[in-house]
Amino acid sequence: MTAPDGPAPSSGRGATPSSGRGAAPDPEPPSTAHGAAPAPAAPWTPWTRRRRSAARFWRRYRAHRAGLCGLAVLLVIALVALAAPLLVGDGARSVTDAPGTALEEPSGRFPLGTDQFGRPVLGLLVWGARVSLTVGLLAAALSVAIGTLIGVAAGHFGGWFATVVMRITDWFLVMPTLVLAIVLATVLSRSVWTVILAIGVTVWPTTARLVRAQTIAVESRPYIERARALGGGHLHVMRRHVLPNVLPLVLSQTTLCVSSAILTEATLAFLGLGDPTVVSWGGMLQDAREAGAVSSGHWWYLAPPGIAVAVVALAFTLCGRALESVLNPRLGVGR
Amino acid sequence: MTGAYAEGAAGPRKTEASGPLLAATGLRVTFPGRRGGPEVRAVDGVELAIGTGEIVALVGESGCGKSTLARALLGLLTPSAGSVAFAGEPLAYRARALRAYRRRVQLVLQDPSGSLNPRHTVYDAVAEGLRVHGVPGGRDERTAVARALARAGLRPPERFFGRYPHELSGGQRQRVVIAGALVLEPELIVADEPVASLDASVRGEILALLLRLRDELGLAALVVTHDLGLAWNIADRVAVMYLGRIVETGTVEEVLSAPRHPYTRALLSVLPGGGAEPVVLTGEPPDPARVPDGCRFHVRCPVLASGEAERAGVADACRTRDPAVLPAHGRDAACHWAAAAGREPDGRDGG
Amino acid sequence: MSLLEIRGLRVTYGRGPSAVPAVRGVDLTLAAGTTLGIAGESGCGKSTLALALLRLLPSSARLAGTVLLDGEDVLGMRWGRLRTVRWAGASIVFQGAMHSLNAVHRIGDQIAEPLLVHRRETAAGARRRAAELLEQVGLPASRAGAYPHELSGGQRQRVMIAMALACAPRLIVADEPTTALDVMIQAQILRLIERLVAEQGIGLVLISHDLAVLADTCDRLAVMYAGRVVEEGPARTVYDAAAHPYGRALSAAFPRVGDPASRRAPRGLPGDPPDPAALPDGCTFHPRCPVALAGCAEEDQPLRAAGPGAHLAACVHVAGAPVDGPAGGRP
Repeated sequence: MTAPDGPAPSSGRGATPSSGRGAAPDPEPPSTAHGAAPAPAAPWTPWTRRRRSAARFWRRYRAHRAGLCGLAVLLVIALVALAAPLLVGDGARSVTDAPGTALEEPSGRFPLGTDQFGRPVLGLLVWGARVSLTVGLLAAALSVAIGTLIGVAAGHFGGWFATVVMRITDWFLVMPTLVLAIVLATVLSRSVWTVILAIGVTVWPTTARLVRAQTIAVESRPYIERARALGGGHLHVMRRHVLPNVLPLVLSQTTLCVSSAILTEATLAFLGLGDPTVVSWGGMLQDAREAGAVSSGHWWYLAPPGIAVAVVALAFTLCGRALESVLNPRLGVGR
Repeated sequence: MTGAYAEGAAGPRKTEASGPLLAATGLRVTFPGRRGGPEVRAVDGVELAIGTGEIVALVGESGCGKSTLARALLGLLTPSAGSVAFAGEPLAYRARALRAYRRRVQLVLQDPSGSLNPRHTVYDAVAEGLRVHGVPGGRDERTAVARALARAGLRPPERFFGRYPHELSGGQRQRVVIAGALVLEPELIVADEPVASLDASVRGEILALLLRLRDELGLAALVVTHDLGLAWNIADRVAVMYLGRIVETGTVEEVLSAPRHPYTRALLSVLPGGGAEPVVLTGEPPDPARVPDGCRFHVRCPVLASGEAERAGVADACRTRDPAVLPAHGRDAACHWAAAAGREPDGRDGG
Repeated sequence: MSLLEIRGLRVTYGRGPSAVPAVRGVDLTLAAGTTLGIAGESGCGKSTLALALLRLLPSSARLAGTVLLDGEDVLGMRWGRLRTVRWAGASIVFQGAMHSLNAVHRIGDQIAEPLLVHRRETAAGARRRAAELLEQVGLPASRAGAYPHELSGGQRQRVMIAMALACAPRLIVADEPTTALDVMIQAQILRLIERLVAEQGIGLVLISHDLAVLADTCDRLAVMYAGRVVEEGPARTVYDAAAHPYGRALSAAFPRVGDPASRRAPRGLPGDPPDPAALPDGCTFHPRCPVALAGCAEEDQPLRAAGPGAHLAACVHVAGAPVDGPAGGRP
């Protein structure tokens, strides 16, 4: 339906009169040459603007209950992971001086029982969160960075450059991510960094395609032509106009990427391609399988890492969806 | 303008003695056809000149190539033939030369909402030109932005610095776009339908602003429009474009009061509120991928259809002979019938 | 009896303190076979008015007043009756022809659809009628098999008009039918509309921001400002000799080529149209009015008789007696 040309009661406008309450410190000295007209609106500085738009963003994000839940879960897990040395201590990881006996059932002392070396599963879980989150975030950041760079460049320059780049992207896209990651993880030395690299360089094509499409959409806007007519070069157009407009998309894409990176990390570790010296959730699952937890009913060894992976991945997905609908209202993602 | 002075001696006409600010010579812009079709001759041989402080209106229907011509003049498109000269110097298409050129010639687009980045404040939008050209920021930048906004009629300018485009009305947005062009102190503004998407009452205000800028700053302008009324409102000269070619040119009074080309006549007759019997051309504007042989207008020409061209003895020429490209100056129409009728043989600008 | 009679129509968006009035008491009448033009700038409520006539507004809008179509109140109609009226009694032509046509259906089928659904015609009969309608709007019947993207802007607008005509309505509401089109195509479409109104005795409400177009096409003309009609009268009179300062300013904004007064003198109106959420007190036009008196800021003006042919204007400078309600649709 066509919108009536009458007033569209905008929610944003009604809130402006009260927006002066921020009273942010003015980083710029008031210009004496233009001291005239102390406008009734709040004095303009980039900082008040930024603060206001952050507040606006938070107001809209708050409306998404699922996103809020995801964020809360993530914050708790991140805090626990950061505080791991304080909460459970380094001893929990040690095979040699494990506090318990092998494969104890959950009890008051070990709420989630112990593994085959007598280490508390809860402690391992907390340590594993560090690796999972680190790998997830870094790998996602790496892949999104590659994807954004390639997507923006392909969308901006077009022509044969875009054709070549996008064919390469397609080639990566149809390549089974896991197989490629396995190959990379096998060839390179075994460490967390290898896993990050392996995930990072295999999952970027989706982002690249998405960013390229968005770049092309932005580039067709008249303000790009205006910038070019002002004399702006490629770098100017990409940095000042295209990038700020694809960033919201990139941000939500990153959040969604994190959950798949965590899953891939767990898979690689489960397949025995992770760093064996580091405790991770995937590694725990592999240890549990090797210890025969599946057949002998040691559920407390098997279930917690699996559930933890699922919960973190879900939390990131929820956050990503909420971000998407806040930053990109046209997508029409429900609450 | 001193650089162009020596060359001016070669020009026989007075208008060329000082040299036009911007001149297009034999300009052609073609695009490859779709799916292997014939190539699209969007601009098909155009001579056009804009003098210092002169406002020229380029009038035509959509698809006639007027916007393509404007972009070619700005160096946003590379012509396939012909050349553009600014202040006597042919335009070079190297990045550095183009950047220097774009400090002196500015573009104003039709849709002010689209030509402002929604994520940039008014200050950023206006200062963008300064930043592109590496003018140092700080106090000077603030002063320049404030001055440009004030010139564009947004006063007091400081009140608009922190606003976003969506907080402004359509007219204010277009003023911001104009301020963004003025901040570099250009000599020429190319405005592509500058008021087409604005309300009637705002329209007049923006046009008055363009006139005032010409009077106060000596700013020349090429206004691309489909609206002959706009040309009457502000332009000094008018060029009527049809299917990639300028078909009639002259001063606004000459062309709009005594049109010679049947196309100009038809356009004038359908202006609403005119009262005269409208000559409504049938059909859509034809395809620039298939420019008719002979006079490009002959398939829609009411003069040819009514047999008047036959009586004047030019019907064959209309169908087979392409009228010559009009010179950049003077008063002329690319029409066999108008030439044959030879009404009021007024000399071409003292020629 | 007139075909369309609007009395005291009010449309408000939202509720409570944040309610925004879009149409604030409009009285208009239209006789069959005539054309009423409604002019005004964006945000003046003219499109809201158009949608209100057929109750096509979003659910956040609240309507008051009466809209009589052939003596029947549209605002009080039951849902089923309203649906019938929307097809058979009155239809609406929107501005954006590309978006109003379904891109994946042939235009012939789109024209025939209401005939099949509402008139229970046979497929062959509907197809024949669709071809007829296309001929009526100046398109060859062979184009019935074309998809919307194969047509030019002017042709699509013709298809929209053919669709509006499909069920032989008594009233057509056209909201900016020619805005996106070139002058030549605009002239073609306007002539077509004029011809159809004259031939078929349809009543037409033509809404546009372009006073000059309306003056050429319409019998009567109403100028809206901030949700109210501030001037109404015979079209040429309103265009050539407006009595309200806003009508004058709007009329002067369209230059008359050849008129020395408008040569190198573009005229506009300083300021912006008022925000419907925060209308000025008194006469809503007084902040932009070049001839405002001190009292204009406090006292709003009713429509007063301003001249022959039921020419009305709501301005303190108009000496005539205030007019209550619609003052006879016909000149």
